[in-house]
Amino acid sequence: MEEVPHDCPGADSAQAGRGTSCQGCPNQRLCASGAGAAPDPAIEEIKEKMKTVKHKILVLSGKGGVGKSTFSAHLAHGLAEDENTQVALLDIDICGPSIPKIMGLEGEQVHQSASGWSPVYVEDNLGVMSVGFLLSSPDDAVIWRGPKKNGMIKQFLRDVDWGDVDYLLVDTPPGTSDEHLSVVQYLAAAHIDGAVIVTTPQEISLQDVRKEISFCRKVKLPIIGVVENMSGFVCPRCKKESQIFPPTSGGAEAMCQNLKIPLLGRVPLDPHIGKSCDRGQSFFVEAPDSPATLAYRSIIQRIQEFCGPHQTEENLISS
Amino acid sequence: MEEVPHDCPGADSAQAGRGTSCQGCPNQRLCASGAGAAPDPAIEEIKEKMKTVKHKILVLSGKGGVGKSTFSAHLAHGLAEDENTQVALLDIDICGPSIPKIMGLEGEQVHQSASGWSPVYVEDNLGVMSVGFLLSSPDDAVIWRGPKKNGMIKQFLRDVDWGDVDYLLVDTPPGTSDEHLSVVQYLAAAHIDGAVIVTTPQEISLQDVRKEISFCRKVKLPIIGVVENMSGFVCPRCKVRAVTEASLSSLKPQIHQPR
Repeated sequence: MEEVPHDCPGADSAQAGRGTSCQGCPNQRLCASGAGAAPDPAIEEIKEKMKTVKHKILVLSGKGGVGKSTFSAHLAHGLAEDENTQVALLDIDICGPSIPKIMGLEGEQVHQSASGWSPVYVEDNLGVMSVGFLLSSPDDAVIWRGPKKNGMIKQFLRDVDWGDVDYLLVDTPPGTSDEHLSVVQYLAAAHIDGAVIVTTPQEISLQDVRKEISFCRKVKLPIIGVVENMSGFVCPRCKKESQIFPPTSGGAEAMCQNLKIPLLGRVPLDPHIGKSCDRGQSFFVEAPDSPATLAYRSIIQRIQEFCGPHQTEENLISS
Repeated sequence: MEEVPHDCPGADSAQAGRGTSCQGCPNQRLCASGAGAAPDPAIEEIKEKMKTVKHKILVLSGKGGVGKSTFSAHLAHGLAEDENTQVALLDIDICGPSIPKIMGLEGEQVHQSASGWSPVYVEDNLGVMSVGFLLSSPDDAVIWRGPKKNGMIKQFLRDVDWGDVDYLLVDTPPGTSDEHLSVVQYLAAAHIDGAVIVTTPQEISLQDVRKEISFCRKVKLPIIGVVENMSGFVCPRCKVRAVTEASLSSLKPQIHQPR
């Protein structure tokens, strides 16, 4: 009976002290008493930190490889085109941090100061943070279980000195697990404006996206809308459009209609987007007239409109 | 000091009892003594179970959306074309289980018998298991943290009655986290033949795949080889190849070439 249970659900899990694997654990009575369910002090600390951040947007999908990081990066670039808008991009994909490469910041390191960790700046008004900046080499694998990833995310939210920010964008890994629960939990007191959900047209993606929408509803996270990426491919030779990922079940449009969620827009598959990402260049600069660029800009505008009328309590009180 | 630490690393973590968040936890001395590091009895149980399974192959990537599930499913179909080859396909992507749909098994349910959970059979010689079969609806989100996902994976390996199998293929989610550590840990005594790593040509995928290769090296998992998926696209209209060529050569120094 002295053994520590192998399936410890975690001291702050809802099952703490109550799970079948808790029987006999010396910690059981303490966990079951709810001591572990007392709010994490970091939540208040993060609330304080987030007072200088006007809008917080999560970029989610259920599915991997649909273009979340590409979208997050270009949303950041698009918003930061206005020099008076301060933009922060936080990458909480701990295992596969793509943001440093896409933003052309590979090899950059994070600096510590008295006021916390400094983000890495692409432009004066566009700062970025990612676990990628903490690795000695981009090939280093971060092989962490959930609790350690959660700790990193808490540090990103509590210890990074973002300064005054108009938009904090959070790029996430695929799924509905530790990272997603943690970011929502840690920002619980700080008010998240909403989530943008990225998908591709085919049913195999939409299936996972519906789960992500269920997640948002369950944690009461507003949904700004859905972006359908890789929506049609225009051959650079013959200029005719094909569907590489056919929307066999009606694509994002049908799903959004069924679930009564806005479809923010469709971005076509342009092979130059992937190349720009690999080179760390903004696709808007590389291909300003591409249909994909125009689609992105329209989507960004709709996101700004959504955030526009929503003000933080501080702004309302002071205005 | 009576408070339970919020960042409990988990009782069987290497950091159990030693992490900064363990200070003051009433469990600290026990965790630090290594009681939690004693091998999980399930590892031996799984080793026994796996005695009827000849070959075990993991399908990995670091990157999402490169075609792991598509590849796993078609590897299964391909191997099962020989009626005398028994194939098992295990989907350990708990949050985004794609295998039921790809295998045309949506809506199927798992049955329990005295010998354990029965896989769902596509063909007599091709059985499938996924968390997707345990959901009331395909839209149900599985919102679980690591420990609960690990528990599910353990059950899949220990409690499913696969029977005599020539190939057990394991489809994984993207990343190098709980699911990957757990499947390697639970199969530690049972010998995994190796991993097939799927990627797409662009560098943003290869970057994550190199991490996956590092993971394989770290946990001493042999690498069977790499598959480059979505490698070029021929426009169905004008028949001209429209996407750039492979960058696989950049991975060569990192892995042995297959024979």
